[in-house]
Amino acid sequence: MNLTALHERARLYQQVRVFFAGRQVLEVETPALSQAGNTDPFIDSFSVNTGNTLRWLHTSPEYPMKRLLAAGSGDIYQLCKVWRKDESGRHHNPEFTMLEWYRLGFTYPQLMQEVAELLLALIPHLQQPPRFCTYRELFLETLGIDPHLAGEAELANCAHEHGVNIDSSMSAQGWRDLLLTHCVESAFPADRLTFIYHYPAAQSALAKREYSNGQAVAQRFEVYLGALELGNGYQEQTDAAQNRQILEQDAAARGHDVPVDERFLAALESGLPECAGVAIGIDRVLMCRMQVNDIKQVIAFPWEVA
Amino acid sequence: MATYGANDLRVGVKIIINGDPYTVVESDFVKPGKGQAFTRCRVRNLKTGRTIEQTFKSTETAEAADVEDRDMEYLYTDGSAWTFMDSASFEQLEANEAAMGDAVKWLKGNEKCIVTLWNGVPLQVTTPNFAELKITQTDPGVRGDTATGGTKPATLETGAVVKVPLYMEEGEILKIDTRTGEYVSRVKA
Repeated sequence: MNLTALHERARLYQQVRVFFAGRQVLEVETPALSQAGNTDPFIDSFSVNTGNTLRWLHTSPEYPMKRLLAAGSGDIYQLCKVWRKDESGRHHNPEFTMLEWYRLGFTYPQLMQEVAELLLALIPHLQQPPRFCTYRELFLETLGIDPHLAGEAELANCAHEHGVNIDSSMSAQGWRDLLLTHCVESAFPADRLTFIYHYPAAQSALAKREYSNGQAVAQRFEVYLGALELGNGYQEQTDAAQNRQILEQDAAARGHDVPVDERFLAALESGLPECAGVAIGIDRVLMCRMQVNDIKQVIAFPWEVA
Repeated sequence: MATYGANDLRVGVKIIINGDPYTVVESDFVKPGKGQAFTRCRVRNLKTGRTIEQTFKSTETAEAADVEDRDMEYLYTDGSAWTFMDSASFEQLEANEAAMGDAVKWLKGNEKCIVTLWNGVPLQVTTPNFAELKITQTDPGVRGDTATGGTKPATLETGAVVKVPLYMEEGEILKIDTRTGEYVSRVKA
């Protein structure tokens, strides 16, 4: 247990609350244990037996926060614990702290600016201005390959040429994830925030889409410090039918192991205001602030000793 | 066939990759927040000692290598095979030259070694960290020169050639660090 980390965490929470109070963003709380689960194909929820029925620990407060937005809450933020099954490593603890917020009327580039302002305040040694790159630019720059046009075989070849040994067959998106985590991220400057935007449309999840260079891309961004991913933001998809389609598709792809959040979908049908939203991994921000490289160093009692 | 899930590939786990046994020396979980998770490992080939990077999709499994470390005593060699005995069961096994590697340089008999077995066959022999061996041949020493720090080659009773201080003489016994092959000290007879 690291006493400095306890103090730094408390100070960081204070700063976050001052930051949002100054911008009239309301702090909210939503349930951690829900009757529905996250249908995202690459995120697994813990289920909890509550007697008669199963409930699921939230992996982010996205669904209920959007219910609040639809109910007229205005700008909101939440600082809470979330849980993701089987995510454990130097940069992952299955139970971690998330900061999620939504800004009405913001475009996602405006939200990227706000994320940068917050992170520059929370990580004092960051001096350099952030850089903003599209997903395509980063792949072209680091690997000389267009991630939207390259097929499975080309992406696989690219990985092998760059010394990545893996004996798997994967979808094109699997190969993009591999190249991103093994080759692209490691080339990010260590002392500067990097924003990636315009993700492949297949990775939109609940973000809106747009066309860029004739290519459908997601209005979605990720923010990194060095190679460490800190957060993920969207121009939120406000179309109820689109949201339903994505959730039902994903639920079917995972064999309906978690129920779709019908209350969330009903709220969208009643009307979600135009907004942009983002979720930041607060433990990782604390790692950056304290300049340590293992998430266990910033958590009082990590998973193994919890 | 025993297997490990990608999430269980921790340091020290032994697996088969392309038909060869490997031990995991580093393991890292990597995952883009919204994407495919991977276990990124550094693995050492137990036959060649070479270390490579190998990545596994989080949903994949790897075949477990039937590798065990056994405490065995070195008995003798006929020049092409080296015989070891299990100190508990008295079972005897023969290691070939490839499995012996550098171990041949430090063994003369009755040393307690760790023999790494793959499917019951010796794959690697780890000698004790230190060996005490007699010099059988070296150029005449420079008496009294214990300060200049110069070295000369000396042949030991096992045939190994090591660098020793100039004052060491034939017939003397010295202590060697078998991990580095370096002279440690003179052993008083």
